[in-house]
Formats: sequence, C-alpha cells, structure tokens
Amino acid sequence: MDWAGLLTDAGREIFAPTTAAFALAAIGLNFHFGLTGLLNMGHAGFMLLGMYGYAITIREIEANGGELFGVHMAAGAEILLGVLVALVVSVLFGLLLGWPTLKLRGDYLAIVTIAAAEMVRFLGRSQSLVGLTGASTGIRGSDFKRPFESVSPFPDRLVTVGPFTLHGSQSTSWWLVVVAWTVVALASLLFWRLSRSPWGRVLKGIREDEDAVRSLGKNVYGYKMQALVIGGAIGALGGVLWSFGNSVAPDSMGRPTTFWIWTLLLLGGAATVFGPILGSVIFWTALLVVKGLAGGLIPETWLSSTELEPFALVLVGATLMALVIFRPQGVLGDRRELAINER
Amino acid sequence: MSAKPAKSKDNNPFASINHEPGAAKIDPIITAHGIERTFGGLKAVDVNHLEVQRHAITALIGPNGAGKSTFFNLLTGFDKPQKGEWSFNGTSLQSHSPQKVARAGMVRTFQLTKALSRMTVIENMRLGAAGQAGERFWSALIPGLWKAKEEEITVKAEELLKRFKLYEKRNDFAGELSGGQRKLLEMARALMSDPEIVMLDEPMAGVNPALTESLLDHIVKLKDQGVTILFVEHDMHMVRRISDWVVVMAEGKIIAEGPPDTVMQNKSVQDAYLGAHHDTDLSEDLA
Repeated sequence: MDWAGLLTDAGREIFAPTTAAFALAAIGLNFHFGLTGLLNMGHAGFMLLGMYGYAITIREIEANGGELFGVHMAAGAEILLGVLVALVVSVLFGLLLGWPTLKLRGDYLAIVTIAAAEMVRFLGRSQSLVGLTGASTGIRGSDFKRPFESVSPFPDRLVTVGPFTLHGSQSTSWWLVVVAWTVVALASLLFWRLSRSPWGRVLKGIREDEDAVRSLGKNVYGYKMQALVIGGAIGALGGVLWSFGNSVAPDSMGRPTTFWIWTLLLLGGAATVFGPILGSVIFWTALLVVKGLAGGLIPETWLSSTELEPFALVLVGATLMALVIFRPQGVLGDRRELAINER
Repeated sequence: MSAKPAKSKDNNPFASINHEPGAAKIDPIITAHGIERTFGGLKAVDVNHLEVQRHAITALIGPNGAGKSTFFNLLTGFDKPQKGEWSFNGTSLQSHSPQKVARAGMVRTFQLTKALSRMTVIENMRLGAAGQAGERFWSALIPGLWKAKEEEITVKAEELLKRFKLYEKRNDFAGELSGGQRKLLEMARALMSDPEIVMLDEPMAGVNPALTESLLDHIVKLKDQGVTILFVEHDMHMVRRISDWVVVMAEGKIIAEGPPDTVMQNKSVQDAYLGAHHDTDLSEDLA
C-alpha cells in the first residue's frame, strides 16, 4: 500500500481542474437552488451545451486554418469567441426551458430540465449529427485544445511544485489549474455580490414563498428567469473548463453528472458562497481516497479492480446520505436553519 | 400615504349609505361589478356590485365557503374571474398580475401566513419596500447604486418593527417567530411600500388573545394614518370592535351590507349563518 502516493493523489485532487469545473457548475446550481429554490435536474445539459458551443466553434476555426470569414484570428480571440458561443447557447437553452415552466410549480421545472438535458445528450450522440458533434465518440481534445494551450505562459514541459508534478501547458496542466480556479474565484465573487444585494434578496424571497413575493409587487417570473439563465450560463462555463482537460463526450454529461453536482452542492451547503467549492473538494478527494484505500486494502479476490469505482461511489453515496440526514444544511450551512422545519 | 384625517363619529362617511348589498359609497377606492368565478359547476364568487369606502375599515364576513378568500384573490390578481370588472382608484385592474396590483398600492396578506422563514425579520421587511434599484440585476452588481436607498429602507423597516414590537427580533429568522408574531411581521412588511389599501385575509386566525389586542390596535392606527383596510374575519367580536362597515357574503353572493352593530340582525345574514345551511356541507347542497 503506497500511502505517500495516495496522499499526493488526494492532495492533487483538491486543486485538480475537474474539481474546479464541478465547483463552477455547482456555483451555477447554487443560483438556481440555493438562492431561488429552482429544481434544475438537468444541469449537465447546460454543461454539455457549453462544451459543444466552445469545442465546435474552435474546431471549425482551427479546421479553417485559424480563419473566420476570411479574417485570421489570434488564439485569444478564438477562445473568447468559443466561450461567447458557449454562453449564448446556454442562455438560449435557459430561456427556452424557463419560458413554459417557470409559471408552473417547481416540480415541473425539475421534470422538464431532466428531460431536456437528456435530449441534448441524445441529440449530441445521434449519428445524424456526426459532422457537428462527433456523435457518441464526441470531439477529440486535439481538435480544439490548441488555442487554449498555445496562450499558456507556462513552460511546455512537466513542472514540479512541491510534491505535485503536472505539465505546464498541456491537458491537465498548471495553466488549466490557474485558469480554472481563477474563473471559480470570479464566479464566487459574483455569487457573493449578488446574493448580498437586494436582487439576491428577492430571489431568496422567491425560494421561501413565491406568492408572498408576488404580493409585494415583484415580478417573480422575471426573477426566476434571470436566475435560471445566469446559473445555466455558469454551468456552461463549468462545461468549458471541464472540456479543457478532456475530450467532449456526450456520455460524460449524463444524469450522474447532474446528481454529483447536486450532491456536492448540498454537501458543501446550499446558498453559501464557499459551499460549492468545499463540496467539490470533499467529494472528489473522498472518492479518490476511498478508491485508493479499497484498491490497496481489499484483496483482488474479494473486489476486482473493475468493481472499485462502483464500490467507491456506493460508499461515498452512503456517507453523503448520512451527512444529508444528520446535517441537512451542509458543512457550511447555518445551524439555525435546522430549527425551521416548514417544508 | 395621503394625510387625510380620519373621519370622526360625527362625520361618518357611512351615515347616508343604504344598508343594502351593493350600496354606493361617497368615495369608493375599490369598485367591483358583475364578478363571477366558477370552479367546475360551483359558483364560488358571484358579486353583483361592491364599493369599498376610502379611509375606512371594511370587514368582509360570511360563513365557511362563502367565497371571501376567493373574492380576495380575484381583487388582488392571484386568481382570474370568468366575468366582471373592477377598478382601484378609478383605474381598471382587470387581468393585472399580482405584482402590478401590489405596485398600484393594493397590498394583501394571506390567511396562511407567508413569512419568509429562512430570511431574517429585517430582510423580510426590506423585501417589502418599493423602488429599490438594487433589485435589478445589473444595478445589484454596483453597491453604490443602491446602498443609500438600502439605508433609507432599513430606517423605515426598523421604525415599523418597533411599532409592531418586533425590533428585538430583527436578526432572527422569520421561521423562528411564533404564529402571532408572523402575522404581525406580514402586516408590517405589507406596510413597507406605503400602500393605499391593505387587504388582510383573516389577520386574527391563530393569534393568541393578548396579541389580538395589539393587532387590532395596529389596524385602527393604520386607518388613522389614512390607509384603507379591507379584511376578512370570522370572529364577530373583532369585527364589531374595529370595523366601520361590514359586508356579508354567503354562497358567493353579497347578501348584506351595513354598520357592524346592526348588520347581524339582518334576516338574510341570520339565515346564512344559522339557517338551513348551517353546519351542513355547502357543496353537497349545491350538487
């Protein structure tokens, strides 16, 4: 059993780009659920749309020799355009989802979002769109990663910082770590500012009781739409971050992804600023540690290596159930909220 | 709030009003005409004509299932009638959303109190204020645009909380308050936007007798400040004590109007409360 190796891996998981991407997605969901009480069960759909929006834009420009409509684009401009497309697509998706459902009771949004996210995934997988989305194989990282990696200020080789060794610029790189956590920090700052503003107060009011807020003269539908769109756009950015270190495959953004985001948001504490970040860190680190321990301590004859991943998820799931039962407000939630048992 | 003085006993605006359903008032703030709301085959509200006098306390009473709350919902935009027209201050409020009704100056409370549990008392109050630019998304990002207004709102909220004896609770979650305190909070919150009329749906339901007294005082004080009050209530003692005018509903219709001390002697009111339908299921009778 390699304890030092496990410890290093766990340490790396704390700041890994995946952790950041999921933290960012959870910040988006925090606008939905934490602030507004919207039950968005299709967050992975927003992420997948963001990934497609970014990757397809970049791939097309790259395939065209870095030119768009005859104009040569710098790598930075390509990235900006890709992110912009990801945002626009997710905003449109949010508007489309919210338009019929936000006038109805909350459960309807849950049903529609889970279905819509699956529709996005199945459309992405369908063979008829193979030219656009690459169908079930998706889009290879090498098709769209060049601009992001080329703007890296870090060296183009392995760099060791303390016990951690990552590549400077490629795939899961120090460059990606810095960019991902910067984006997470900015999104947290945005959440902090907005949740403590009168705008955030209206959203919290809607979370508690829509009709009461309506009776005070606020346009509840409009606020719910704003929350849905902003949270969805942040979720799409989470997808973009995730795609930087991976390829774009529709099946990596299925229902489990949505439920993981929910889990880590509730784990950290909904409606708190640092809840999504802490939740993501605990979730991914715990998953890795459980997998490592099970792999090292349980003999191969009892548990084959292919069963490790499901086993780890079962254990993490059980732990999280216990946490939600005994500490429903999450790690960072306000203890006093427990006393209020109205729902 | 307009500063019109409250009418004294000698100057009773109801002195010359007929004691009959749909009577015209001297200065009506709400005028409703021909309002019908049916649920399936049941006509829940069928109001031929109603005027509500400005700067007065009007009680809306009636047995269970009379359609009082439904009528309230219709007037405030929370429900839509099949037929009918109504106006507030002379402007039609037909097919207006609840938020537009509230912004026009007609704020309501609910029978089942809607305190926003996981928000503090002071945040509940601040939410009631109108005209906070920081409630718009882009302005919210720049505190400079709304901080001054926020302080203004907070001062006003604290004054109201002191008046309603909730000031010490301002940093508690609203969900931690007792049922009666929540009623007080809901009423205080409704006043944050300086409404012209406050519509109270059973303000005394579930409130202990000690708090009832102070609630009644608050309602009377509101009238003294020039706010019009329309409230639904079951308890006739409360109605007699504070209301200037009583409207009685039964089976969706307005069956009587009059001053509180005489309206209960009306034959049709007694029939409605004690007659054939008393203690029987109304919907069964109608089926």
